[in-house]
Amino acid sequence: MLEKALTGSKKYWAWVFCLLAVIAVGVLAYLRQYSYGLGLTGMSRDVTWGLYIAQFTFLVGIAASAVMLVTPYYLHDFKKFGKMVILGEFLAIAAIIMCILFIFVDVGQPMRILNVLLYPQLHSVMFYDMCVLCGYLAINFIVGWTTIGAERKGTPSPKWVKPIIYLSIPWAFSIHTVTAFLYAGLPGRHFWLTAIMAARFLASAFAAGPSLLILLCLIVRKVSKFDPDPPGVGAIQSLVKIIRYAMIANVFFYICEVFTAFYSGLPEEMAPFKYAFVGLDGHASLVPFMWTATVLAFLGIALLIFPTRKNSVLLPIALISVFLANWIDKGIVLILAGFVPNSFGRVTEYFPSGNEIAIVLGVYAIGMLVLTIFYKVAISVREQNL
Amino acid sequence: MSINRRQFLRRAGIVTALGLGGSFVINAAGSKLAEAAAESTYGTSTQGLAAKHWAMVVDMSKFKSKDDFKRVSQACDLIHNVPDIGNTKDEIKWIWEDDYEHTFSGGENEYLTESFKELPFVVMCNHCENPPCVKACPTGATFKRPDGIVDMDYHRCIGCRFCMGACPFSARSFNFRNPRPFIKENNPDYPTRTQGVVEKCIFCVERLAKGQKPACVEVSKGGLIFGDLDDPNSEVRKIISSKFTIRRKAELGTQPSVYYLVGGGEHA
Ligand code: SF4
Ligand code: SF4
Repeated sequence: MLEKALTGSKKYWAWVFCLLAVIAVGVLAYLRQYSYGLGLTGMSRDVTWGLYIAQFTFLVGIAASAVMLVTPYYLHDFKKFGKMVILGEFLAIAAIIMCILFIFVDVGQPMRILNVLLYPQLHSVMFYDMCVLCGYLAINFIVGWTTIGAERKGTPSPKWVKPIIYLSIPWAFSIHTVTAFLYAGLPGRHFWLTAIMAARFLASAFAAGPSLLILLCLIVRKVSKFDPDPPGVGAIQSLVKIIRYAMIANVFFYICEVFTAFYSGLPEEMAPFKYAFVGLDGHASLVPFMWTATVLAFLGIALLIFPTRKNSVLLPIALISVFLANWIDKGIVLILAGFVPNSFGRVTEYFPSGNEIAIVLGVYAIGMLVLTIFYKVAISVREQNL
Repeated sequence: MSINRRQFLRRAGIVTALGLGGSFVINAAGSKLAEAAAESTYGTSTQGLAAKHWAMVVDMSKFKSKDDFKRVSQACDLIHNVPDIGNTKDEIKWIWEDDYEHTFSGGENEYLTESFKELPFVVMCNHCENPPCVKACPTGATFKRPDGIVDMDYHRCIGCRFCMGACPFSARSFNFRNPRPFIKENNPDYPTRTQGVVEKCIFCVERLAKGQKPACVEVSKGGLIFGDLDDPNSEVRKIISSKFTIRRKAELGTQPSVYYLVGGGEHA
């Protein structure tokens, strides 16, 4: 089926080559980092995780969000999502591949990364995280590939994938829960030490992931003859409702955190929030991000609540707002504010280096290339069946 | 036949992999094996120093000036090939000084006299009884020995730095770059590290094995007292049970094995 990705319009190839160029720059940047060490990044003894792990955390959510289509479609026989499910599963595959790459570029000794499996430590959450990520990748790959393959032949999917599809539902929840547990169980990191972390993670994922998916569907509709949400079906509007409630829950959970910190008045609880929202000891690098995210979150919710959500111009704006708000919250602030102030109560800030940003863009480009190829295959199969 | 640490870890791993999961089982099985390991490996060494639970007391009254402190950290840096990278971003620290207020952060006291605020406080890895760094480490590169010391296997570390996020005391350092060019005098008796691995104070396990006390203790002129917390007759135990000592962030439940004797004077 892969051969379908090898034929395409000029525009398709231009896009692919753009991605390849960004990937090449990223690979070169990685080779530099590989020989010099992680000293080439903005990370320090105080802020030991930066953009890489933050992107990993965010993308796990994008991957998990496929379940918002799979569950209604397969479990509740919600037919509307029929045409979109496969796009969600392929998005999950691309997101997980990026997650794994972000972990890979983040470790100091990449050649030893298999030590996690050679010497499994059952008390380390990271071990479980690795297991659930790899499992989820396999599940989505098998499910996505067999269903689209069956569709190409015009036959129904084989029976044996059904149980795997059902397995993917709890598995999706588990990948994001386990990722939240990476952070939530650490004493001494007050910003992360909260029981609501996993819930927050899931809520933000179920808002950001489907937002991205709808945006992708709108693009697919533009560039191909295949329409994931043909007129009269209303799949996108159903998904919009999910996004709306997930985002409201997400903001509510966040307010719970802020209340706990500030009403209790515990200095160490408040410090990271102060750092993110108003700055601490004259350091305020996150402040503009945090306020942008706040404004976008409320703007997104407002646009999704009112009938404006059906407006074809305002809907993308709402979705982009929700997506960006979550990306800033999880893909930047959550990780950094966990380390600032440090355990001595001092502020050390983090600024990503150019090399680091090149690697991040490279990984995203790999993800987009994977996504493009999978979507190309799916779209070609669908167009052929039109 | 004696069983060494690697075998011990592997066996503990097998025991748990057999489906006995759950950390309480791990602990129970682990501690039995650990005792066996302790007897066979550490007990047979006639010249090595052995203990059930190594602990350190820092007598603050003996650290009056920056020099008192420097002696200690320099001895450690020299003997362990700790590089001097010269910037705070990439720096490696095993034992270093900080002031009282930040060492015991969370309980800021604005009325402290300036001289007290600037007093050098010695800080290092606390060799916690419940070490979050060990719990976090996915490879076993950070592990707790049967004698309570939290040790490092530099060759197994993948450099994920999860342990650094987990340690509430910032006791660990990461080799953000190759440390070797920054070592002033190379001590051939202790390995140098490579780029991309984590390191920290290990209570001089290599010296204990040879029957020597930790390097910092040796040069501290009585400021650092090292001994077996489980032995009622040891000096550390006597001080801790009779004098007022504090530990860093005791409320987190990690049970640090480094105790600070404050307002001490003559300790034992
Ligand atoms: S002080 Fe930090 S590095 Fe040392 S044992 Fe405790 S948690 Fe681990
Ligand atoms: S950086 Fe090394 S010691 Fe720390 S958790 Fe990762 S593998 Fe373990």
